[in-house]
Amino acid sequence: MASVLTALSLMLGGLGCHKEKKTAIAREQGILLINNGVEPEDLDPQTATGVSEHSIFLAIYEGLVSEDPHDLHPVPGVAESWDISPDGLVYTFHLRHDAKWSNGDPVTAQDFYDSYQRILTPELGSDYIYMHFFTKNAEAYATGKIKDFSQVGYRVIDPQTFEITLTTATPFFLSVMNHASWYPVHIPTVKKFGGLARKAAFWTKAENCVTNGAFTLKDWKQQSIIRCVKSPNYWDAKTVKLNEIDFYPIESSNTEERAFRAGQLHKTNELPLSKIPWYQQNRPDLLRQEPYLGTYFFRVNTHKPPLDNIKVRLALAMSIDRKMIVEKITRGGQLPADSFTPPGTAGYTAEAKIPFDVAKARQLLAEAGYPDGRGFPKLDILFNTVESHRTIAEAVQEMWKNNLHIDVGLSNQEWKVYLAAQDTENYQICRAGWIGDYADPQNFLDMWVKDGGNNHTGWDNSEYNGLYAKLQNTSIPADRLAIFQKMEALLMAEAPILPVYWYTRVYLIRPEVQGWYPNILDHHPYKYVYFADQKPEARH
Amino acid sequence: MVIEPESEEPGSSLWSDARHRLFKNKLAVFGGITVLLIGLVCLLGPLVISYRESDQNLQIAGQAPSAAHWMGTDNLGRDLFVRVLKGGQISMLVGLCATAVSLTIGVLYGTISGYFGGKLDAVMMRFVEIMYAMPFAIFVVLLMVFFGKNFVLLFVAIGAVEWLTMARIIRGQVLSLRQQEFIEAAIALGLPKHRIIFRHLIPNVMGTVIVYATLTIPSVMLLEGVLSFLGLGIQPPRSSWGVLIQEGATAIEEYPWQLLFPAIFFSLTLFSLNFFGDGLRDALDPRASKD
Amino acid sequence: MFRFVAIRTLQAIPVLLIIATMTFFMVHAAPGGPFSKERKVTPEVLRNLEAQYGLDKPLLTQYGNFLWKAVHGDLGPSFKYANRTVSELIGDSFPVSAELGFWAMLIALAIGLPAGILAALKPNSWLDYLPMSVAMLGICIPTFVLGPILALTFGIRLEWFDASGWFSWRDRVLPAITLGFFTAAYIARLTRGGMLDVMNQDFIRTARAKGASEVRVLFYHALRGGLLPVISYLGPAIAAEITGSFVVETIFNVPGLGRYFILSAFNRDYTMVLGTVLFYASIIILLNLVVDVLQVLLNPRLRFD
Repeated sequence: MASVLTALSLMLGGLGCHKEKKTAIAREQGILLINNGVEPEDLDPQTATGVSEHSIFLAIYEGLVSEDPHDLHPVPGVAESWDISPDGLVYTFHLRHDAKWSNGDPVTAQDFYDSYQRILTPELGSDYIYMHFFTKNAEAYATGKIKDFSQVGYRVIDPQTFEITLTTATPFFLSVMNHASWYPVHIPTVKKFGGLARKAAFWTKAENCVTNGAFTLKDWKQQSIIRCVKSPNYWDAKTVKLNEIDFYPIESSNTEERAFRAGQLHKTNELPLSKIPWYQQNRPDLLRQEPYLGTYFFRVNTHKPPLDNIKVRLALAMSIDRKMIVEKITRGGQLPADSFTPPGTAGYTAEAKIPFDVAKARQLLAEAGYPDGRGFPKLDILFNTVESHRTIAEAVQEMWKNNLHIDVGLSNQEWKVYLAAQDTENYQICRAGWIGDYADPQNFLDMWVKDGGNNHTGWDNSEYNGLYAKLQNTSIPADRLAIFQKMEALLMAEAPILPVYWYTRVYLIRPEVQGWYPNILDHHPYKYVYFADQKPEARH
Repeated sequence: MVIEPESEEPGSSLWSDARHRLFKNKLAVFGGITVLLIGLVCLLGPLVISYRESDQNLQIAGQAPSAAHWMGTDNLGRDLFVRVLKGGQISMLVGLCATAVSLTIGVLYGTISGYFGGKLDAVMMRFVEIMYAMPFAIFVVLLMVFFGKNFVLLFVAIGAVEWLTMARIIRGQVLSLRQQEFIEAAIALGLPKHRIIFRHLIPNVMGTVIVYATLTIPSVMLLEGVLSFLGLGIQPPRSSWGVLIQEGATAIEEYPWQLLFPAIFFSLTLFSLNFFGDGLRDALDPRASKD
Repeated sequence: MFRFVAIRTLQAIPVLLIIATMTFFMVHAAPGGPFSKERKVTPEVLRNLEAQYGLDKPLLTQYGNFLWKAVHGDLGPSFKYANRTVSELIGDSFPVSAELGFWAMLIALAIGLPAGILAALKPNSWLDYLPMSVAMLGICIPTFVLGPILALTFGIRLEWFDASGWFSWRDRVLPAITLGFFTAAYIARLTRGGMLDVMNQDFIRTARAKGASEVRVLFYHALRGGLLPVISYLGPAIAAEITGSFVVETIFNVPGLGRYFILSAFNRDYTMVLGTVLFYASIIILLNLVVDVLQVLLNPRLRFD
């Protein structure tokens, strides 16, 4: 073995040493190298659902409105301006004349109309169809109740004017429109490859794809690389600094960290937990830890005794030392969660809290009939098979054992089995996470209503459901915030969920990458990203 | 010459010869004793150590070896020493038992297939091919879904895959042995088939079996780690060497001891088993005695 | 021999059919489907998606459709990767895995065979202990440990190679060593055992007694019998290596086939599971056939029957 290595070293010595880093070469050419975490399933903005797809859509598509890179407030996109009717129901968008598809076709109001008709077509089966349900009659059309699309609240006034009518005034509607499901698709191309009403069509292959964003899809090697190059037809091409973005689908966070250190990436997708302290101490200039609109929590099955008892649920919630979990286990600047909605979501921070209070928890458990944990049945914590979920579950298991003197088991299942168990409420306690689609508390609180598609806890509180119904007819921001406070107070008082922490995004980024600003949705419009002018520093 | 146990007291001379030769092989004896010692330490050690496998102390998570924690702590602040020892109990149990089971199935299957040949061989070998192609990931998922958490399933899952190559190898050996004079003679003499199989064929493939066993034990132990991670084997807070090595491998640079100590125990056991196995192979070699 | 190969080829048809049937029903029996997601899709959306992919039909109809199409070479679209077909995914990733497997096997044979033969020539000497200890090391160090160590050493510390990726020839080196080292160890151990078995046999002594040179005894007489276990092992081993390794592909981000075996099952990508399993089965069958032919060719006393 040693001799083989020596031979190899002789053979490669001349070639290997002092080679310039890939990141340095790429930087000279204006190419950004980022790890996107996983191979995209498809690049159809109307059917794809994953984070990795969305991060590519951000480069190759543009909606009517776009996002400010700092705080994501709506800025002109394909629409150069818009008017909102006084009652907040009708949005009129004025499209710019120079907006073009990557093949040179103009982007018109008709494109948006046809695109939105496509996503609402029941046969297409788009997952994010509900993002359009703010629009008048969209839900009725999508569920087949009405067949005539002209009744849906979309209207082409002229090629440069597009009108949207909503069901109720929705103050955060423009933010919702930043979601990929609001991007236009090039209907003639979609049609050509038979993708108008189905997913599995070849129009999204690199050689076929026509897009309207700052970049276009040039090359897609499966599980290897996706290259997006600057689009000369983009209306704001002068703002775009990068010539190309290369997206890698490296799944293992250890692998991507090594690639980053070897100078193959400008930005990683995440960072292994064990590596965070080292970067915090030694290379804080490369490390980013940014608040992220998401909550890590446990669902409790409120139908299964003894978990049907509110006191038991509260006892469980109060005896999780969340601070210890974020400081010693996750370690990426996460905040211990004492309520559900992340603080500062569109100006809302919950007042209701579940404290960490072991004495109170013991008292509640005794009141529920299990003094000192005696007679408490053995429960199972379900989690999907991921190392960090296991670690947290093990910590919680031990906390409950020490604080409440109850024994819980751990049960991990592969992802789809775990989803099926949650869906059929065939679990006792299970780990969960929720990442917001848009920055509004509604996106966190509407799931706990009765029959909410993502409730899965069996929790059904009529007062809560009533508040939610009331919310639908409230458009004054202050009133909405008041309702959210009440809803969250109910949620925390009955604890169908046990909050653990609020997510952060932890990743590495080369200091020469500029225009990459922290924000809670982790959206980074690439057209504002550029390389610093100074020479890249020596590798670390 | 090849063995002719017919002319001797069945068993006694063959096995006592083998035992004699085995005990003369110092390295083999040393290997055997080491394995026993490791087993003993794993069994008794946890009784002496003042920590339990499940005791967490997040304040000291990920600490390097110290006087209080000889092998350091893991990412939840558990004492790694006691976890390595307790894990050793599981790994040795699973490694030895599952290997024994897989090899027994593989050897019998391969011998029968190779000896009888013809249609039976064709069917048996096609079945092996079917088992090779079985989607293991789905199989594991289904086992868990339909039978829940059960330690026995671990053996089922390991058993389902580990015997296949053994069966193929033994079949190949038996096919070639069958053509040799002593087997043809035995057949011509009209000896019963089971006698030929157990007294003539299997002793002659024991060398290969033992070599393959020393290769199977580590792969079984590591497979146990993978299956446990998937939720099929042992459940936290219990551990095994396979699980510990997997966990340790994710943080080689930051917490090298979390990989090093379980890996040392694992390797030491395998090296010892290997020396013991080689000695056993030599001792059981039916031809070696004639030298 | 032609007849033997023809019969085996015919036998492969029912084998593949059984495998396809077993896999089809196993994958459909697993909970969850290709479209179950963390954010539950509405029942209407789910129904529409299932209709698109024909999952709304009775299971037996689906099975029939699948078989009919598979016989005609159409494995269908992937459920997970919507704009790619199963054949495309396998067609893109298999060459990568096959190349990696080829290099790994080359390394394994180049190290394993000589080491095993050397050890068998001088058993219980340092020529035996040294290569066998290295081999044991290869068995004790799992790929998921060796891979990161190689990447850290040669990718980051020495900077000879990239730490991951599959773009230039340099990217082949570390994954191939990682994959090959383990197999080399297996081959070395099996070769030593097989050779020792043979070296004590009568015909070797006869050959030596007749004055055949040691080289001729070794390469003509001993190797033919001694390599039997290795050859049997190589069938499944080569099949496994050229169809990719989940661990090695993950560590080095190699766009190979290995990850699909595991991930397609976990994704309930029904068509992809069936495609990969049938593909793998065909390769196993083919290689076992080659092994069986080789066994006969190496052993003049065996006949094709």
